[in-house]
Amino acid sequence: MQQRIGAFEVLEPGILTTVQDLGRYGFSQFGVPPSGALDHFSFRVANLLVKNGEGEASLETTVMGLKLRALGELVIAITGGDLSPTLNGEPLEMWRIHLLVEGDVLAFKKVRSGCRAYLAVAGGLAVPEIMGSRSTYLSGKFGGLEGRPLKKGDLLHRIDHPSPLDRLGQRFPDDWIPRFEKEVTLRVIPGPQNRHFTERGFKTFSSSIYQVTPQSDRIGIRLEGPGIERRPDVEESIISEGLLSGAIQVPGNGRPIIILNELVTGGYTKIATVITADLIKVAQLKPGDQVRFEPISIEEAHSLLREQERRIDDFKNLLQSL
Amino acid sequence: MALYPKAQFLLMGDRGLLLEFGDEINHEVNEKVRRMALAIQREAIRGIIESVPTYRSLLTIYNPLILSLEDLKRILQKIEEGIGQTPFPEPKLIRIPVAYGGAYGPDLEFVAQYNQISSEEVIRLHCSKPYFIYMIGFMPGYPYMGELPDALVTPRLKTPRLSVPQGSVAIAQKQTGIYSVESPGGWQIIGRTPIRIFYPEREPPALLQMGDLVQFYPISEKEFREWHSK
Repeated sequence: MQQRIGAFEVLEPGILTTVQDLGRYGFSQFGVPPSGALDHFSFRVANLLVKNGEGEASLETTVMGLKLRALGELVIAITGGDLSPTLNGEPLEMWRIHLLVEGDVLAFKKVRSGCRAYLAVAGGLAVPEIMGSRSTYLSGKFGGLEGRPLKKGDLLHRIDHPSPLDRLGQRFPDDWIPRFEKEVTLRVIPGPQNRHFTERGFKTFSSSIYQVTPQSDRIGIRLEGPGIERRPDVEESIISEGLLSGAIQVPGNGRPIIILNELVTGGYTKIATVITADLIKVAQLKPGDQVRFEPISIEEAHSLLREQERRIDDFKNLLQSL
Repeated sequence: MALYPKAQFLLMGDRGLLLEFGDEINHEVNEKVRRMALAIQREAIRGIIESVPTYRSLLTIYNPLILSLEDLKRILQKIEEGIGQTPFPEPKLIRIPVAYGGAYGPDLEFVAQYNQISSEEVIRLHCSKPYFIYMIGFMPGYPYMGELPDALVTPRLKTPRLSVPQGSVAIAQKQTGIYSVESPGGWQIIGRTPIRIFYPEREPPALLQMGDLVQFYPISEKEFREWHSK
């Protein structure tokens, strides 16, 4: 049994902060979706920086407001969207390792880019594993910290682990850091139900600019923009089928919804699916951001994913060579 | 042609392959989905992360950096060819007690009026036969079951409720289901069961599984309240 040790007291939980890992797989036959960090890339880098396995439980915090007090010496790293992190009121550099001492206060003031930041702590957060994962599944009300977002007064523990002080000062290379823009192009593979839409409808989808609405959450990104025309001879809904993150549902009103990690099945037609390499951009969308969709081939999609994965491998090699 | 001679492959992005086995909801198509899901599970193929079985299709989620789409398709086609020989579990019959109407079933009266029968008749009909579980989805442990007797077929609510209590037993069109956790929902709520059907900490986490049968039986409000003190 691993020893638990105090890590943080939650002074303010922020808009939405949850414990996540890389997701819960193999339970979809029981209606259980993967959950997990939405921006896998940033999440994995945060863990690697503090010498954790890339899937250790860490925090995902949204937009602003999270404030934590260190309960002891902690080695941390913050990655993902730039939510203006500060340490005792002073700006704190992201994408690098830091040492905190007892009483230090970490705060996320306001969003400068992206939407979600990741905070990894050496050893990983200590929460029970449920169905093989420590991820919070909000609508299922289990996983992470009691199946819910953090709240004021919560105490977070970490797995006791010698601090990787040899790593202090370690950075993720500047030119490898993903930039999260307010206007993004998401590459997509058409289908599975692209034939349920007219040619004009698909053209609307692939040539219009859509805006992210405030009704977006960890279940899906809801978009506002030109309605997508459906073929008159097909029904709006289909027989419910499996879903994965990136699937773009078009309900009756013609406005697309990009599905994230908390749905396992659905009965709306899907015009296209965002490629895996672009899911990190989807994860960092916030209300007001603008989205364009660009259809590409599956071969291109796989090579883009390979490229992204190579970045992680290169970083692992870099760390090992130290 | 309900059951296709061979599964149709559809892409869901660059890491999802959807296998459609038929174009409607029926037992034959659904059984093929289950057989295929079981066979894939048994083979434990490197690079397949998960398969999501539903009414008439199976979504295979794979890691394209480990398993190419071409290889995946070839493997799945081969599994499909040998699918008839795989052993298949007998369905379990699970009896579920339900307190109908009142605070537990706020839509019982509406369902009765809509179908021009009495609420007693709704209860009798709902308990008149076992229902087949076509799939678990929407929320953890939620069983999609059918088919309801014709006299109970009722559309969904026009405006979904923001919160439906855990255990609520509901109907929509020809289907019936049980809310495994409290959630928003648009089905007609006719009763509530005191039985929990989803336990995240247990193995398996769900009481009901795809392919099983459920037989409802009525209990009184008093029995419902005293269920857990017995």
